[in-house]
Amino acid sequence: MLAGFDWDVIQRSLPYLFKEGMTFTLTLTALAMFFGIIFGTLLAMMRLSSFKALSLVAGAYVNLMRSVPLVLVIFWFYFLVPYIGAWILQQNEPVKVGAFLSSVITFTMFEAAYYCEIMRAGIQSIPRGQVWAGYALGLNYWQTMGNVVLPQAFRNMMPVLLTQTIILFQDTSLVYVLSITDFLGAASKVAQRDGRLVEMYLFVAVVYFIISYFLSYLVKRLQARIAVPGKL
Amino acid sequence: MRTFILPVVAALALAVAQPAAAQELTGTLKKIKDTGTITLGHRDTSIPFSYYDDKQQVVGYAMDICLRIVDAIKNELKLQKVDVKLNPVTSATRIPLMANGTIDLECGSTTNNLERQKQVAFTITHYVTANRYVAKKASKVDKLADLKGKTVVSTSGTTNLKWLTEENQKQNLGMNIVAAKDHAEAFLMVETGRAQAFFMDDILLYSLVANARNPGEWMIGSEAYTVEPYGIMLRREDPAFKKVVDNAVAQLYKSGQINPIYEKWFLKPVPPKGINLNVPMSPQFKKVVANPTDSGDPAAYQ
Amino acid sequence: MKYNWNWGIFWQPAADGSGTWLHYLLVGVVWTLATALAAWVIALAVGSVIGVMRTTPNRWAVRFGNGYVELFRNVPLLVQMFLWFFVLPEVVPQALGDWIKQMPPPWSAYFPAVLCLGFYTAARVAEQVRAGIQSLPRGQMMAATAVGFTLAQAYRHVVLPQAYRIILPPLTSEFLNIIKNSSVALTIGLLELTARARSMQEFTFQVFEAFTAATILYLLLNIVIVFGMRWVEKRLAVPGLIAVGGAPQAGH
Repeated sequence: MLAGFDWDVIQRSLPYLFKEGMTFTLTLTALAMFFGIIFGTLLAMMRLSSFKALSLVAGAYVNLMRSVPLVLVIFWFYFLVPYIGAWILQQNEPVKVGAFLSSVITFTMFEAAYYCEIMRAGIQSIPRGQVWAGYALGLNYWQTMGNVVLPQAFRNMMPVLLTQTIILFQDTSLVYVLSITDFLGAASKVAQRDGRLVEMYLFVAVVYFIISYFLSYLVKRLQARIAVPGKL
Repeated sequence: MRTFILPVVAALALAVAQPAAAQELTGTLKKIKDTGTITLGHRDTSIPFSYYDDKQQVVGYAMDICLRIVDAIKNELKLQKVDVKLNPVTSATRIPLMANGTIDLECGSTTNNLERQKQVAFTITHYVTANRYVAKKASKVDKLADLKGKTVVSTSGTTNLKWLTEENQKQNLGMNIVAAKDHAEAFLMVETGRAQAFFMDDILLYSLVANARNPGEWMIGSEAYTVEPYGIMLRREDPAFKKVVDNAVAQLYKSGQINPIYEKWFLKPVPPKGINLNVPMSPQFKKVVANPTDSGDPAAYQ
Repeated sequence: MKYNWNWGIFWQPAADGSGTWLHYLLVGVVWTLATALAAWVIALAVGSVIGVMRTTPNRWAVRFGNGYVELFRNVPLLVQMFLWFFVLPEVVPQALGDWIKQMPPPWSAYFPAVLCLGFYTAARVAEQVRAGIQSLPRGQMMAATAVGFTLAQAYRHVVLPQAYRIILPPLTSEFLNIIKNSSVALTIGLLELTARARSMQEFTFQVFEAFTAATILYLLLNIVIVFGMRWVEKRLAVPGLIAVGGAPQAGH
């Protein structure tokens, strides 16, 4: 079984796989994480706000994103973002959005729903006394959130946020359905062109495993490190 | 306050009094002029029309024609240079991406037909091919009826898949039809034995077989099922842009410049494996070169 | 903006002649459910075994259970799908591989999809089962042993019934996840709901309509399942056994 393996094809395509494929995957993951957490935190604040309208809208958004498959969301955004862009910018022609930008938007919007739930739990885990203390000191809502609540919430939820990011890293492989060249897409192209499905897909699985496992190991170490003794 | 009025009015008057001679640019031409870029949609494995060579560069017959069109647009808009952006598309995504503005021209192997003209527009036909199937010689498939009850594959979003689905019903063939994401995947399905035949335009099939690991084990059906004229796609309801594109292609044909381009891709070795497809210009396409047409009606190509 | 709206498309005949486009999509819902349910059976069975293994005193069982979970959690679902569909037939003996490849669609896509989803979700179910078992007071296991149960009997009669009730809410999430993850099977040719919405979009060019219908159908599925599971929870609730609300977990 192993005799027929062509390890050469992996070696030959390494530059292409990593320079094109992995770069795309990692860039997409980093951007979606960054913007997703920002948008997710905003959504969490909206959900927890006392304005019914805001919390309803945010709640509906989060529930919608969590009820539909990511593949479907990818299709939605890929085909429809240009129309939405034109509607927002009041243009006649659809706005040109490339594959990369469309993917960043898709994953940001999708993951924001999950980051929102994490941040919401994080914010709610901060004792209300902190908020009252902030107000008592004369800080307004934004200052209290920005200087007192959110920093603590982030610190508490950091491991969960990072775990979600590892899941995001794995989910980026789904851009395959749009024939976009991420790491898996690049490997598929080589696999189909050279007829070496087994070698390439096994290689991809191993690389993803090593990276994900290593990252989760780092998260576990981080979790142990930032645990404050005595604090629940 | 009064000291401001005069300069403001003067500025407004100057702004409004544009030289009346300059034409109002609309649609795609305006977009290109404003942004200085044009986005070409290309394929990844439509050899030799639009594909990645072994250095991952996008090359092909349709790409060369498109680049000539871009030159013509550049001259028409009197721009120093136009930035050409490349956006990969598949059979399934090309029409939605054209409609939603992601690409301005689709340079590949897209069949021009009347139904598609409801969604997009086509310029002058750049190739005439036919729908056939490819199968392994060993499976002894000689005609469509041999595929009764078998598994066949075609590519998503193609006219071939549509024809196959309809024919399967009409003739009650009971075939299991699988839709692959792109040509390479479909060909692989037949290669690995998951499907018995792959229905696609014959020129694409010739290229796939020529570049296969063992060209000798493949056969392409002798029956041609439909006529497929290829056209470069552009957006509908943009007559100014279409005129420029049509003129560019017609010029290529009239001046004979199309001949060296055709030879380069069909009669000489092409990447990635340096294989010569050796397909001389068919009589149908020669007719189109003599009388350029962008018709979507197969009858116009008989 | 030149988009031709046509909500009447749903009542027009589908390209493969099986009925209207609406019917075409509904058949997709059936396939989604069929895949999800079959995979869920595997996930529950295997996941429970692995989850229990990780809580036993046997070191090797724990190691094996941990290894399984790590393996299936660190490889993306799509990659696993490809391994089951493309790689498996090539690495098993030739005759078996050929038989697998000869399977006509839709079974050629259905079985790999079910196996893939089943084993993938089993890893997550194992996590839930382990968490559920470990959240029980240690006294339960000790009491069971004191009364004379063997390890297996203790699990069967004391630990697991309580653990499952505790983890019913997260298990509901996992089932909803399987429904969503079944859409990944479109890459290997399974014509479930998302694949059919895509196919409808390709044939009719009605992008908005097709995807809106798919979205609504997924939402409806969600609602039905959430309410269904709540009813199951109520039926199975044991008075006095309070389920602890856990910290939010990452995941889809």
